[in-house]
Amino acid sequence: MIRVVLPQHLRTLAHVGMEVQVDVAGNVTLRSIIDALEADYPMLKGTIRDHVTLERRPFLRFFACGEDLSLESPDSPVPEAVVSGAEPFLVIGAIAGG
Amino acid sequence: MGGVRVLVVTRKGAFILSSDGKREKWDVSGPHFAGWEIYHMKGSSVDPNRIYASQTSGWFGQVIQRSDDGGKTWFQPGTPAGEQTTPDGAPKGESNKFVYDASPETGKPLTTHQWYDGTQHPWEFKRVWHIEPSLVEADTVYAGVEDAALFRSGDGGKSWQELSGLRGHGTGPAWQPGAGGMCLHTVILDPSDPKRIYIAISAAGAFRTDDGGATWKPINKGLHSLYIPNPTAEVGHCVHHVAMNPKRSNVLFMQKHWDVMRSDNSGDSWTEVSGNLPTDFGFVVDVHSHEPETVYVVPIKSDSEHYVPEGKLRVYRSKTGGNEWEALTKGLPQQNCYVNILRDAMAVDTLDKCGIYFGTSGGQVYASNDSGDSWSPIVHDLPGVLSVEVQTLK
Repeated sequence: MIRVVLPQHLRTLAHVGMEVQVDVAGNVTLRSIIDALEADYPMLKGTIRDHVTLERRPFLRFFACGEDLSLESPDSPVPEAVVSGAEPFLVIGAIAGG
Repeated sequence: MGGVRVLVVTRKGAFILSSDGKREKWDVSGPHFAGWEIYHMKGSSVDPNRIYASQTSGWFGQVIQRSDDGGKTWFQPGTPAGEQTTPDGAPKGESNKFVYDASPETGKPLTTHQWYDGTQHPWEFKRVWHIEPSLVEADTVYAGVEDAALFRSGDGGKSWQELSGLRGHGTGPAWQPGAGGMCLHTVILDPSDPKRIYIAISAAGAFRTDDGGATWKPINKGLHSLYIPNPTAEVGHCVHHVAMNPKRSNVLFMQKHWDVMRSDNSGDSWTEVSGNLPTDFGFVVDVHSHEPETVYVVPIKSDSEHYVPEGKLRVYRSKTGGNEWEALTKGLPQQNCYVNILRDAMAVDTLDKCGIYFGTSGGQVYASNDSGDSWSPIVHDLPGVLSVEVQTLK
């Protein structure tokens, strides 16, 4: 079970709290986590990554265990602490005024 | 006596303002989608409780929202509110997916348009600027998007298909973004001819289809734009908004970047009717519901100074179809006012005494229940208003 922390606006959109849990089959990677998240919460399709290119939206970043994973390959494994559920996988919106 | 529902969308959420037919006391609900930029919200004339909204964000992309109860509750079409979906048998969440149709069977190749520096740039979807529900079917709805294209949904917004004949028009490489992006911001359905649709793009100009969206023709003859290399070019004009009285659908009024224009032949040609306006730059234009020759604009100082001239908020009304304009000021601030009124931020109701509504960049929404003779603010401290639509309820 992977723990995923969402930014406020995506929690509202998905009708969930700050953290959700998703099952990921096979290797746990950036791509498989987002795949699982979108499967459970299809209203989030297109909000974290582009519908067509599946590229991360530029104002969102992925963090875990104090590391910025945003520029890692989508198929790179995530830290073991995320896989074990000890640490959450964080989707974070860029801070900007206005 | 009927009532009205004014749909106001802002940079930080949407608001619904409701009143009875007197339009003196108002109930305000919202913010809906708090904190999100909402570009447009419009109700179906077939089913007034059906309202569509375009929720958009630089962070999270495009989201389409729908209400089936007059704006009390909202959901993404195909993904009902609060439903905990699962991979099997789940709603698909496709309502936010706007993909240009470049398929060999039905689409046009995804070509390029002119970029700010004059180079060519590929089409890229950014957001929905305008939603236009069908006049005959509640589940059919059109979306004008940036980069400029027209999409249609036949299932209440669950899925969207591009009418690619427009984007694929041969003049596409000459279209270019205005300062706000290359947006298709105006969609007008002709009530007398279901196959006729008018659209407008900044900065390409106005187009018309007479075959339900398969093919399109530019309708910019008579426009004169000094800021483009060929001032009378077939395309490239920065049309800000177009309005029509549904009872006389061959007559169109246009607020161009500069110039207020009029066409009496469904856009085949245009003549300038700016007349005695203090400035003919502006964004909004609308037509009285019962008097097709009565037109409203709000002049803005210039393309470099996007606020009303002389610190005075004045709606200008022509009862002669243009050229002769009178300033309407009663109830509007006449000093130290420096707001803008964006292109989709004016609307008219269809009650006996036509109501006019507009929203400002300063968060005020003004209403007139006497065709513009007098005005009063319904609300005055909302976030900056991006668009205003009104529903007249039975």
